[in-house]
Amino acid sequence: MSGLEIIFLIVAGVTLLASLFVVTTPNLVHAALWLILALFGVAAAFVLLNAAFLAVVQVLVYIGAIAVLMIFAIMLTRRVMKDSGPQTNANWVWAALLGLLLFAGLTFVLINSGAEQASLPALALDADPIAQLGQELVSPNAYVIPFELASVLLLAAMIGAIVVAWKK
Amino acid sequence: MSDPINLISQWFANLLLSWGLAEGLVKVISSAIGAAIVATLGLVTVIALIWVERKIAGRLQDRLGPNRAGPFGLLQPFADIIKIFTKEITTPNGADKVAFNIAPVLAMASVLLIWAVIPFAATVVGTNINVGVLYIVAVGSFGIVAVLMAGWSSNNKFALLGAFRAVAQMVSYEIPMVIALLVPVLLARSMGMNDIVAAQTPWFIVIAPLAALIFLITSMAEVGRAPFDLIEAESEIVAGFHTEYSGMGFGMFYVSEFLHVWTVGALMATFFFGGWSGPGAENLPILGIVYFYIKTFIGYFLVTWIRLSLPRIRIDQLLAFNWKFLTPLALVILIATAIVDKALEIAGVERWGYALIMLAVNLFIGWVTILILKAVEPRRKRQRVEFAPRPVAVAPKTPDS
Repeated sequence: MSGLEIIFLIVAGVTLLASLFVVTTPNLVHAALWLILALFGVAAAFVLLNAAFLAVVQVLVYIGAIAVLMIFAIMLTRRVMKDSGPQTNANWVWAALLGLLLFAGLTFVLINSGAEQASLPALALDADPIAQLGQELVSPNAYVIPFELASVLLLAAMIGAIVVAWKK
Repeated sequence: MSDPINLISQWFANLLLSWGLAEGLVKVISSAIGAAIVATLGLVTVIALIWVERKIAGRLQDRLGPNRAGPFGLLQPFADIIKIFTKEITTPNGADKVAFNIAPVLAMASVLLIWAVIPFAATVVGTNINVGVLYIVAVGSFGIVAVLMAGWSSNNKFALLGAFRAVAQMVSYEIPMVIALLVPVLLARSMGMNDIVAAQTPWFIVIAPLAALIFLITSMAEVGRAPFDLIEAESEIVAGFHTEYSGMGFGMFYVSEFLHVWTVGALMATFFFGGWSGPGAENLPILGIVYFYIKTFIGYFLVTWIRLSLPRIRIDQLLAFNWKFLTPLALVILIATAIVDKALEIAGVERWGYALIMLAVNLFIGWVTILILKAVEPRRKRQRVEFAPRPVAVAPKTPDS
């Protein structure tokens, strides 16, 4: 086993454990903090895949913005220091079953895809991957329509937020 | 001999290799030692900074500053360190122990991690990743999480209020900061820190002075120092998010704040003052380190000077300043810079002509901004708070007068 594999196993283990705690811990703020660890684990996995840009954006967007806003919202609720009771209801068996099924399905697809024989594709060292990504995002032959659609969606959300918050 | 730091690291790596260690392992060990040195350097710098800051504060407030322990009070920080280490570390009743004790460490780490990508000289840089600028912004978000954790886990109303203020401030000031940082990225055509430094002929402070100003203001808000120190406004909420911390727990927040100011100086130097570049720095990297430290100190002094000169602003002023002034201005600068930059590239204007036109564009935007501000200001209703006249203190009559 190479060093990279050992690091990957540690990262994956931490991510999975943290995700488990997100749904089982009785304290909402603790759940949000575990979520931060899980998201950070995903960022570390991106680093292991040589995707530095995705890793940094993962930290910036998911931890720096989304998780912080979630904690902020949770803290505005009353009795934040108290546990909010059990995190499961009568349907937890079905949810667990569904989760297991999804996991089994994904594992099945991954095993049959032949991905375990594939190796990391070599990066073109002469070109800056960020510059390539940027050009792909605005190139008419590539991702310009999804990119612009996402932009319009975000703009609409921003305008909606302003309208909601506007003082009558 | 021109590059002693890389020489030493090469020699060390060869030494380990000659002991029969695997090449990958040697790389890991070298990187770990390099990281430890950079982090320790940051922490040791703070010891000097505490003295420097207190001296500057003393001079600006017409005092002497620390002058008892050692010559010029130079030993004062060491006395403080010994004192803070011997203090008891308390955890308040009802606090969330784990989060409470992790928060200062995270606050410290969020600042120290930035130094991993800062180029000290052409060849002396922790890691030259191609997303350096984004990395700095991303790592800074751990600081926000640390403040939230500290405020929440303290089980203290004032700490929670401080954390709320901190998050409102840090999250909103991050937006103009990132937009302002896009200007040097755009001018250098790269997000790598060393590429940005290498692209600065002339320095970006000449080409993009408004972006530099916005970056300075917003990073001061990120640090949370006066005039943006609402997060620990001692006259309102005791000490904000670190109210309940004692001993080294408080010490780590304190040190991370000092180091953050120094880091802001380093970022200003790297993005806008040309980083390590200077006469002879290309061939003599050790000279680059000297230039880098001088420029960093200039940025640091600027932040300290502003901190000691301006009063604290109110929370509504803080947010209005960000959303109604800094963010629109940053957006305008970014768009104008992008358009003019492309136009000049097509027209084939190079170097100094390019810099002059960019400077003119910036000055024009600044002038229009001031005009708009002047036109808006009289129309806004000023809220005047009237107090009943207070009795003026009169000196008591002395018998001999």
